[in-house]
Amino acid sequence: VTAWLAGAVQLAADEPDWASRRASMIATIEDYAPMSAEVVGDAGLSPEVLGVMGRIERHLFVPEEFRELAYHDRPVPIGYGQTISQPFIVALMTDLLEVDPSDTVLEVGTGSGYQAAVLSPLAKEVCSIEIVPELGKTAAERLQRLGFANVRTRVGDGYFGWAECGPFDRVVVTAAAGHIPPPLVAQLKPGGRMVIPVGGRFVTQFLTLVEKSQAGEVTTRQLLPVMFVPLTRAE
Amino acid sequence: MMLSNLALALVSAAVLAYEVLLVRLLSIVQWHHFAYMAISIALLGFGISGTFLTLSRGWLTWRFQVAFVSASTIFALTAVASFLFLQQLPFNALEIVWEPSGLIYLGAMYGLLAVPFTAGATAIGLAFLAAPRAINRVYLWNLVGSGSGALGVVLALMLLSPMDALLAVAMLALFAALVAAASPPSNLSVAAVVVAAVVGAGIWLALPGTWTDLNISQYKPLSTALQVKNAVLGREYSGPLGLVSAVKSPTVPFRYVPGLSLNAPSVPPEQIAVFTDGDGLTAINRFDERTSDTSYLGYTTDALAYALTDAPSVLVLGAGGGNAVLQAIHHDAATIDAVELNPDMIRLVTVDYADFAGRFHEREDTSIRLAEARNFIARASRRWDVIQIPLLDALGTALSGVQGLSESYIYTVEAFELYLDRLQANGWLSLTRWLRLPPIDTLRLVATAIAALERQGVANPGERLVVIRGPDTATVLVKQGVVSPQNIAALKDFSATRSFDLAYYPGMDAAEANRRNILPEPYLFDGINALLGPEREAFVDSYKFDISPSTDDRPYFFDFFKWRTLPELLSLRRVGGAALLDWGELIVFATLVQAVLLSAFLILLPLGLGLRRSPQGAATWRLAAYFSALGLAFLFVEIAFIQRFVLFLGRPIYAVAVVVAGFLVFAGVGSGFSAQLERRLLTAKRTGLTAVDVAAAGIIVSALVYLFALGPIFERLAGLPDLGRVTLSLALIAPLAFFMGMPFPLGLSTVSRTDPQFVPWAWGLNGCASVVSAVLATILAMHFGFAAVIVVAAVLYGLAAFVARPMLSNHV
Repeated sequence: VTAWLAGAVQLAADEPDWASRRASMIATIEDYAPMSAEVVGDAGLSPEVLGVMGRIERHLFVPEEFRELAYHDRPVPIGYGQTISQPFIVALMTDLLEVDPSDTVLEVGTGSGYQAAVLSPLAKEVCSIEIVPELGKTAAERLQRLGFANVRTRVGDGYFGWAECGPFDRVVVTAAAGHIPPPLVAQLKPGGRMVIPVGGRFVTQFLTLVEKSQAGEVTTRQLLPVMFVPLTRAE
Repeated sequence: MMLSNLALALVSAAVLAYEVLLVRLLSIVQWHHFAYMAISIALLGFGISGTFLTLSRGWLTWRFQVAFVSASTIFALTAVASFLFLQQLPFNALEIVWEPSGLIYLGAMYGLLAVPFTAGATAIGLAFLAAPRAINRVYLWNLVGSGSGALGVVLALMLLSPMDALLAVAMLALFAALVAAASPPSNLSVAAVVVAAVVGAGIWLALPGTWTDLNISQYKPLSTALQVKNAVLGREYSGPLGLVSAVKSPTVPFRYVPGLSLNAPSVPPEQIAVFTDGDGLTAINRFDERTSDTSYLGYTTDALAYALTDAPSVLVLGAGGGNAVLQAIHHDAATIDAVELNPDMIRLVTVDYADFAGRFHEREDTSIRLAEARNFIARASRRWDVIQIPLLDALGTALSGVQGLSESYIYTVEAFELYLDRLQANGWLSLTRWLRLPPIDTLRLVATAIAALERQGVANPGERLVVIRGPDTATVLVKQGVVSPQNIAALKDFSATRSFDLAYYPGMDAAEANRRNILPEPYLFDGINALLGPEREAFVDSYKFDISPSTDDRPYFFDFFKWRTLPELLSLRRVGGAALLDWGELIVFATLVQAVLLSAFLILLPLGLGLRRSPQGAATWRLAAYFSALGLAFLFVEIAFIQRFVLFLGRPIYAVAVVVAGFLVFAGVGSGFSAQLERRLLTAKRTGLTAVDVAAAGIIVSALVYLFALGPIFERLAGLPDLGRVTLSLALIAPLAFFMGMPFPLGLSTVSRTDPQFVPWAWGLNGCASVVSAVLATILAMHFGFAAVIVVAAVLYGLAAFVARPMLSNHV
């Protein structure tokens, strides 16, 4: 019993202090936020979003071998050629969605399930579709195990959204078709917002925000995650 | 003793073929920019071999044959083994920005690939050591072998998969070892070579498929596409232009349509995705002329040209999977000519998946031609109403900044002039690019179009331009005539119904810009107006990316990098700005720094370890200057002229093979003749004139004449059939290459007489200089153009002749 207790104590001692790492991740995101005034506005990132990200155990969404990197501000491989996004980009996208507690949110591209988990406490319901069966299955089990009860998942084609779950107040989608899928815009409620990260596996080039007015008129915005002015104007 | 000429030629062929093949293999499993760096550095194996031979020369003197056989055998075995181990490294080029420690694996790649190059170069270097009195003959067989290797590997890639071609290269080197082993005086090592071959083959056969198959990065689009449920690999073709893979995904179909409007009335049909080297997605659409709803094809930005014309004749440059052809069919084009570079792509569309694609290629008004776009249009005698250059590079590739190293002759001022020449009056040139933020490619397209129009004498280019953008793509239209009010009305209607934005038309009001797809600023409208206004130069100069017009002399359309922006980009890379960093120029510069440092080490090491010149020999600095200048200049000329001939010959990979083979073989002939020239000059007693002087003069005169004459010659003779152009190219290369083949063996022969201990050192130095040269040529071309590279090469040959005078005039 003594040996077992000693082992347990040793194990506990070896377990990294995930909570402090999480706090440090949030501090980094807060530091970066002023550089993204275009996306987050002068008020900075929403405290609710940061609060949720400060609670969710990101390391549980990362494969064992990359767990050390879970709270680094960088994308992390999750297998099958996919990544879990950089925390800063997750915060920006979630902030940009402006999720209300009464909202139903569609996510196309479940991946590890981390983005769905971040949306879960902020929304009424999250419906998430994943194209890679293995990833979808693992994420569904993980989300269930961790108690994100308002997240529904399925494996399949996200191009046409999820009619039974919709229409949606908010949509977040990783579009691979070279265009914004029009059927998803059709499933967006008037007043709805959709966010699409554009770029490769390890870099986000810019974020596309699709807004549907109450009158049903659709506009898109392309937003760089950082302040970068391409033209040096004369002083 | 003399080593077998045949064995030397065979091993030279194998080493060059391996170099070409590695570019192919690494482009498939990884990305080509890191392939470029890894192979460039590994080629310093030539420098390592020089150092090794210098230090072990005494021991090797009586063991040349065994050493040659051993080196060739080691090359054969490690050529394969290094690549297999390399595939097992967990190197991920995309992750470098986040995890610089991944560079350790890049270092491991250098190390692995340097082993076969060192072994191969050692075999060749030994041949020079073994024949101090016949250096010119050794160089002849070395060059003839290398030339054959360049040509042979392209042929091999037509017939074999890249992995089988790798085995063929290994077998070629083993055959070289056998030939050398079987030559007199001794044939004892034949059995050793056979045993090594059998053991190697045994290990290969025992390895699991995860080792012997191509292990494509999991982050390449082909790999991710195959992760989808029920997605299957269909037909796959391997050729010198790439590995072309078709993928079917019945459960979650591909719907790849770049720039589709949110208002599209129909969804894209089922598609078969086609990847080139696991990347570069294009799609073959399911099509049935009677039943397919192709209305969505009118809802992309590149459909604008059809809204401005009525039943036009259309030329599509870059047919890919046929999307642009279907678009022309949908818009009732009168005739459609589509050009595609890759025969395997055409085979997929017109043979393997012809029924799926609706056999559109069999329509009377449609023709699909196998040709390189630029070459096709230069040779065309007819005109079209619409010339469409669709978007063929994948979004991920375009945004990842890895294309900076690639030359593109489609988007140059000279190309635009040709396109405009081949347009009917009031015809339209249509070019589409992915929308980047901040805009870069689109502004460079507009700058290039403006330059072309101005060169054609158009006083007000702005009257002929129209630019629109959607959420994902931007399309630039250039008219062969002035944009009319009717055109503008049609343009506005087209954009409004599709929720696209107007970015430019003549007389456009600023209030009309940036209304539906909103950018932080109306970047395109402002940028295009700046490019058309009096402040153009200042605008281009102050823009943080290079958007100056791309030309045939500087054809790096995708190199947008400016050094002065680097600090800002680096500071933003972890804050979501990583994608702003263009890799191309950084990679090539990093390669140069590494190559120079490693070369300096390899060159200085033997000197530090006691290599000393003999009292009668030339000063060490003189030898260093001479062989460095030659190493640099030879590849400068070769690389610069490859670019010129590629345009004339079309089909880049074949052109490169013909030009490289031509250069090497004719240089070999020059080498063979060099000793005779030396003797003649000696007997003619023309004091003060050395054979190197004659060769350098020949090179400088022909290079400078070609610099000005090749353009007009190619323009007049572009219409010749393929064989005629190849023959003419070889005839033009012959005199230049003939002279280029002389200085190296002349210098090395002299050194072998005066300072024989310096022969392997000079060989290694020349190898190092060649590596640096290839990289430096790219940097010079990116900044100053290929003409500058040729001028620098001419100066270097002059310099070589100058520094060689004391050592050659004393010892001829």
